[in-house]
Amino acid sequence: MSGTFVGMPAFPKAAREAVHNTTLRGNLRHATHTIRAKREAAVAEVPDWAELREAGKQIKDHTLRHLDRYLVQLEESVTAAGGTVHWAADADEANRIVTYLVKATGESEVVKVKSMATQEIGLNEALEAEGIHAYETDLAELIVQLGKDRPSHILVPAIHRNRGEIRDIFAREMSEWGRPAPEGLTDTPAELADAARLHLREKFLRAKVGVSGANFMVADTGTLVVVESEGNGRMCLTLPETLISVVGIEKIVPTWQDLEVFLQTLPRSSTAERMNPYTSTWTGTTDEDGPSTFHLVLIDNGRTDTLADEVGRQALRCIRCSACLNVCPVYERAGGHAYGSVYPGPIGAILSPQLRGTGSEVDASLPYASSLCGACYEVCPVAIDIPEVLVHLRERIAQGGPATEQGAKVVLKPAKGHAAERAAMRAARWAFSHPGALRTGQRVASRTRRFHPRTLPGPGKAWSASRDLPALPAEPFRDWWQRTNGGRGDERMSGGSTSGGKDTGK
Amino acid sequence: MRVALFLTCVNDTLYPDTGRAVVKLLTRLGVDVDFPMGQTCCGQAHYNTGYRHEAEPLARKFSDVFREYEAIVTPSGSCGAMVRELYPRMGERARAEGRGDTLARTLAPVVPKTYELTEFLADVLGVTDVGAYYPHKVTYHPTCHGLRSLGLGERPRRLLQAVKGLELVELPGAEECCGFGGTFAVKNSDVSAAMGTDKVRNAESTGADVLCAADNSCLMHIGGTMTRLRTSMRPVHIAEILASTEKEPLG
Repeated sequence: MSGTFVGMPAFPKAAREAVHNTTLRGNLRHATHTIRAKREAAVAEVPDWAELREAGKQIKDHTLRHLDRYLVQLEESVTAAGGTVHWAADADEANRIVTYLVKATGESEVVKVKSMATQEIGLNEALEAEGIHAYETDLAELIVQLGKDRPSHILVPAIHRNRGEIRDIFAREMSEWGRPAPEGLTDTPAELADAARLHLREKFLRAKVGVSGANFMVADTGTLVVVESEGNGRMCLTLPETLISVVGIEKIVPTWQDLEVFLQTLPRSSTAERMNPYTSTWTGTTDEDGPSTFHLVLIDNGRTDTLADEVGRQALRCIRCSACLNVCPVYERAGGHAYGSVYPGPIGAILSPQLRGTGSEVDASLPYASSLCGACYEVCPVAIDIPEVLVHLRERIAQGGPATEQGAKVVLKPAKGHAAERAAMRAARWAFSHPGALRTGQRVASRTRRFHPRTLPGPGKAWSASRDLPALPAEPFRDWWQRTNGGRGDERMSGGSTSGGKDTGK
Repeated sequence: MRVALFLTCVNDTLYPDTGRAVVKLLTRLGVDVDFPMGQTCCGQAHYNTGYRHEAEPLARKFSDVFREYEAIVTPSGSCGAMVRELYPRMGERARAEGRGDTLARTLAPVVPKTYELTEFLADVLGVTDVGAYYPHKVTYHPTCHGLRSLGLGERPRRLLQAVKGLELVELPGAEECCGFGGTFAVKNSDVSAAMGTDKVRNAESTGADVLCAADNSCLMHIGGTMTRLRTSMRPVHIAEILASTEKEPLG
């Protein structure tokens, strides 16, 4: 399995393989159901959850509305605190900046805090191409990296792996990267954690450069915040001499007071903890304490384009908690890799086609990777109406329309492959606009019902491969209604009278 | 009270028994039911598949056909949610696109008076015991749009619990989607089928004879999966259970 998502097939095809992989289905089902139940309990004990959710939404919307101002304020605060701010319009620019900064230190390895932004831009691969080794230090990211695998979940990237698989990866791969796994390693969680701890400790103590993302950036003071469970983040943020943080521009909050909301909603939504074990905050540099050099690389990479879209911009409220993944019935069965992006699940289905555009096969298929059941919206701690954005993006794909690409307003053409569907939708709209035509169709269907197959050929197979078709009735309801004068003439109906049989249609 | 039955295109064409059951039930409860013949489709399939502009004429037609009634009752959570939740959104989008208030104003009258059947029974008629008799073991699947868009909550279960002879058993994972999802069922048929199979297995584990829901689209998917898996359970719309009596058993 390759380490990137480039050239991924459309969602349905990738999902088909996952659905039939019983080990994967079992791993995902167990993990998502466990965390789903825990989250529900952790949220239920907060009496003002609805208010916190609304506050989180409003803080994010306000910040996004004034993002230009807050970004400038953040740059000033970070600079005043001794940091250096870099601006990157896209992934390539961000990778170039980070590579340059690492090379300037003379080092050829970096330790990394778990970060979605650096995965989004493919930083590890870019550094590797320049001879710089990036070591992931989050336990699950380590498993993914050692296994030459791809992450399949935002919070638990190795959710698709079970203990036995992890043991095998450690035993086989650790020696390639540094300290080997202990002899006779078993698959007990304590032994696996100990093996990872020993392997990583060597890296922490040696590294001169740390690379991180951030969960939040406080514009007012220039403070960055990382929320984590393992303590590896704290090591990477404090031990190296140089710290480089790569952060999406939407991660700003105006003040420390705003953090109060998210530091309550994020841990409960993601790990179902009342409070996460480690919350690290740093403001520029401090003499004799922590890194002496701090760089902040702010990345756009499609965010400004997303912000320009009235319906789609709510996706930028996301705080990457992954509650929507854990509750999603489609994610549970398709797994994270099918989404072809570091952002899987419902949030990925609305984020990837906006950040990357709908040009690729997988991106154009993502808005359809949902039954629109709404469970994601229900659990989202910043109230992103994911079904609304999915339908909005379906419209963009099926019908085309206005969008923003690299800062320019464009009018997109309908995506290829939707011509037959478009024609069918138009025909259905015509029939539904003419009740007479609909009725004729219903009657023909009912009267020929003896000849209808229970399974369908061609595209209809998509239905009938797993489901029987319903039997057609002898007559549609409207014929019965007219024939029996609204049921009064039907011996099966009794009691009371109905107004029956009036044709009030137009 | 002059009430219009908005049966939905799916029920009209495929499930007339559900329509007859609604008429029978409401008539028994003293409601004057009409079926406006001009009705067709609310446009949900169009809207949710990304064809909002094709859905607009259907929404306008819906408003034309139904606006004069005191209440509009539909035995479908998702079609009810289309009118209540998405018609206002269609109006807002048209406004945002610089097309003025015409669509929003046209659709506004039907939005607040459209009720899903169990909502109408509980909130407008204020009944819990509808005088039904249904001597079967039943498990209830809350369909997603009824559950999350309309917020039907405990209404359907309370109605079922009051039915004489009916034994209601809890469905494990009840609030998980069955996998229908309109065009999702064919666009992502493998995932849809896997969700359907899990729903049916959960339903079977209850030992119930009947899986009941308030939406025939979901029941079409669940029922089609049931017969394919050769289970002995059958899918029944809640209207048919509530309309059923000792003298005239239905469902």
